[in-house]
Amino acid sequence: MNEVTSTNVAREDLYGLAAEFKTTPGIYHAAEKVHAAGFKWFDCHVPFPVHGLDRAMGVKMTILPILVFFGGMAGLLAACTLQIFTNSLEFDIWALVPLVGYQFEVSGKPLLGAAAFVPVAFEMTVLFSALTAVFGTLFLNKLPMFYHPILKHPALTRATDDRFFLVIEARDPKFSRDEVESFLHSLDPETVIALEK
Amino acid sequence: MKVADVKNDNIRLGGGAAKLGPVLSIVGITTLGLSVVLGNGEGWNTFWKSYLVGFMVALGLCLGALFFILLQHMTRSGWSISIRRLAEGIAKNLSWLWMLFVPILVLVLKGDGEILYGWGNRELMESDHILHAKAGYLSPVFWSIRTIFYLAVWTVIGTLYYKWSTAQDKDGDLKWTHKMQKWAPLCMILFAFTQSYASIDWVMTLQPKWFSTMFAVYFWASCMCGFFAMMILLARFMQATGHLQNSITVEHYHDLGKWLFGIGVVFWAYIGFSQYMLIWYANLPVETNWYMTRQLGGWGPISLLLLFGHFLLPFVLLITRWTKRWRSPLPVIAAWLLLMFFVDIYWLIMPVVPEHALATAKTYNELANNITSAEIGYGFSILNFTCLIGMLALVLGGTLINLRKCNLVATADPRLGEALHFENA
Repeated sequence: MNEVTSTNVAREDLYGLAAEFKTTPGIYHAAEKVHAAGFKWFDCHVPFPVHGLDRAMGVKMTILPILVFFGGMAGLLAACTLQIFTNSLEFDIWALVPLVGYQFEVSGKPLLGAAAFVPVAFEMTVLFSALTAVFGTLFLNKLPMFYHPILKHPALTRATDDRFFLVIEARDPKFSRDEVESFLHSLDPETVIALEK
Repeated sequence: MKVADVKNDNIRLGGGAAKLGPVLSIVGITTLGLSVVLGNGEGWNTFWKSYLVGFMVALGLCLGALFFILLQHMTRSGWSISIRRLAEGIAKNLSWLWMLFVPILVLVLKGDGEILYGWGNRELMESDHILHAKAGYLSPVFWSIRTIFYLAVWTVIGTLYYKWSTAQDKDGDLKWTHKMQKWAPLCMILFAFTQSYASIDWVMTLQPKWFSTMFAVYFWASCMCGFFAMMILLARFMQATGHLQNSITVEHYHDLGKWLFGIGVVFWAYIGFSQYMLIWYANLPVETNWYMTRQLGGWGPISLLLLFGHFLLPFVLLITRWTKRWRSPLPVIAAWLLLMFFVDIYWLIMPVVPEHALATAKTYNELANNITSAEIGYGFSILNFTCLIGMLALVLGGTLINLRKCNLVATADPRLGEALHFENA
């Protein structure tokens, strides 16, 4: 059965090889070994979060927090600029475009009343951070993604139910079909499945 | 580490750390005694204010611990089990802390409350229109009844949770866990009311005309900042003296760091600013004079120190993941924030301008002159330090003595395994 599915896919159509595991320790230790073997393009598909799997796979920390921080800073800067310019400033852009703010005195407060600017600055920081977080997540995860090769194989639908899959992709520089296939078999999986692009 | 191995993780306070408790207590009592002697020379007004600052600092740390314990039981938290006993050790101090408030209670009941609280002047309370409406609530007898109620509630809750938790260590019975969880919500409601009203009655009414609806939650946020800073330092102290090497992991520091960042730094600043902004834009003299006293003279730099030292600097330092997980910077930041917590309480209590200085001013400049020349709370006195050190030594000593009598970890808690193995994603 393995051999048949495995040989069915032509070389240029091969997306990768999937190893099926029945238990969490199975996939956990397999991931450790795949990471130790130096593969970079591999992923685990599991029905529920397996604690510590990220570390076993050697997944690096996401850069999302750094993006969010700078997104927030951009929001803060935008809010401060907007308020300072619209409330009080008078200046020309390259001596061509004269800009004058709305210099209204409200209840005796100074035009540049820093305390009044804080709520807007705070909200804009939060807004920009949140937007950066949402769109940054989508971008870093390459979402929306309308097609993924592993969804093509019926056996892998069990990754949402009761099976754990480790997929080594063909684009990995260390990938060579026969070696990877025998390597995956050495990890003691249920089966090894070839996936079509 | 397995749950069964926790017993071999040095969970009894030993060595120099065990002897430190009584030493600190003696230091505390001596320093407080010294303060009384000094108070004779420095003036009783300064003494009582310094005493109140010291007491509120000590109380804030213990109340923070009490809130933390109740919250962990309400939410059935697993992560905190291996550090919860340290918090219980701090909260247990509430069983004797009430004694330190008795002098102020006696002072008020004797009719000398005016030395500390503006409403102690009963003639003023009757003659002034605004204060007249508050005279009933701020009468010495009613105030004292409330005070006794708060102190009693905290004493009972703090003692019981320590007692129940340590009882479970001995018999390993699950019923203690159920009991602690069952009572936690009710205790939390009681805590919320007593903590809020105590901060209003004991601190806000120093200047009886002034009011802020945010004061209670501001005080709570201040306490949480002090408490989480103290927890990080206490956990670090335990590990540095050879205890709990494996029971407390980097994940616990990370989570305590998040609490310190979230409540102690950001929420504190959020509430502090909200209070400031509402008063700033409404611009009512009865409210703004409170901030005015804190912007004039020597208090301006201290207000700015709070803005930068209690918010902006720790915000930048604690926002990243790695400072919370790195062994040496976190205790340094915690120590700094503990210091800022003292400054915060000092800043809340010390500058009080007497009513007559406010009442006679007609213009802004007159008010500024009156406030500056009132000289209330400006300038440091040795008493500021001796009272604070005395109270702090008593609380730390008391905590170590409490922890000497029991295991440093709730060994029989059913969720201990979770605390040993959880990871921050």
